[in-house]
Amino acid sequence: MEIKKPAAAGTLESSDCQVTVEAGSGGIEFSLDSAVINQYGNQIRKVAFDTLKNLGVNNVRLTIVDKGALDCTIRARIEAAVYRSVGQTENLPWGGAIRS
Amino acid sequence: MNPNKKRLRRTMMFLNAQKPGLIKDPYIYKPDSIMLDLEDAVAENQKDAARFSLYHALRSIDYRGCERVVRINGLDTPYWQEDIRCAVAGGCDAVRIPKTESAKDVKTVENAVVQAEKDFRREEGSVLIMAAIESARGVMRALDICESSERLFGIALSGGDYTKDLQTHITGTGVELMGARQNMVIAARAAGVQCFDTVYTDLDDMEGFRQDVETIHLMGFDGKSIINPRQIDIVHEIFTPSQKDIIFAEKVVREIDDKKAKGIGVFTVDGKMIDIAFYDGAKRTIELAKASGVYKGDL
Repeated sequence: MEIKKPAAAGTLESSDCQVTVEAGSGGIEFSLDSAVINQYGNQIRKVAFDTLKNLGVNNVRLTIVDKGALDCTIRARIEAAVYRSVGQTENLPWGGAIRS
Repeated sequence: MNPNKKRLRRTMMFLNAQKPGLIKDPYIYKPDSIMLDLEDAVAENQKDAARFSLYHALRSIDYRGCERVVRINGLDTPYWQEDIRCAVAGGCDAVRIPKTESAKDVKTVENAVVQAEKDFRREEGSVLIMAAIESARGVMRALDICESSERLFGIALSGGDYTKDLQTHITGTGVELMGARQNMVIAARAAGVQCFDTVYTDLDDMEGFRQDVETIHLMGFDGKSIINPRQIDIVHEIFTPSQKDIIFAEKVVREIDDKKAKGIGVFTVDGKMIDIAFYDGAKRTIELAKASGVYKGDL
């Protein structure tokens, strides 16, 4: 899946995260801002990369501002941003590329 | 029949599916059902994001026995079909149709649910349906709606939109809802499905809320839609049989069984005249007590 245009999803409310995706320059560039980066930074990164892998996205600049989001929220916000970037809102691959 | 069709549904708590802070742990308040909302609570430009949030919440969060109902967007919007695909794929227990006005509306949703069950390898019939009635036309067609599908477990009144359609408004007295409530609960009982009342939105008036719940309980409703965990205990208290009611119901059932065998049709229990007409009501009290987890007897 190719990032077509910059897109964002999520909020800065507690238990949420704000995700931004932009076209990369030949790989995955990952940026994370979180109050719990020392405790959960590696886990958030793992979830983010796993989600991108499921979606088949390998050329992206991914930015996450985390406000204590659960893994399921991080996945949801990344997917929402990626599908916004390609403009797809119907016939989504639930249980396929979109999976827990 | 899906065994969950008749389950206990005293409280249905509305939660915005787009808000992770709301949907991550509502089970701690122990509502009987949660209503994950893709419709009115979600802004038009967040409909897509809400679905991803809903899907992963359904897949990942253990709601510990709370029934998970998803309110889809209306059939007059471009969203409802993908809402159903997402909800069914995520594993929801039921879909709530907003603004239902006819049996055809229910059949339309049922067809999409059947297809989604196939597409996402859910067991056929595993996803139930409920219909929200929000207009005068819907109220007038309540019986048709109740009898439209084997999957339909109940109907719910949505008071805000209904009173707008009736050209009145919510007063807090319930007078503006009387006709709809009466018509809907009679239709639901005639069809053998459940009936749920509208939300009470004034969270500062808990006494008014209690009176509202007592009224709909007496009218025969099965439960109430709620918007805040503070409302749960009051509804459960009013909708759960008291120990006094349970003990009396046990006596009625035992005495009717005993007297029937002896050929006696009319007799007294605790000074009240009892006959076979009391049997089903007493059995229902015991079943409700069992479902509410307060029955300790052996009937």
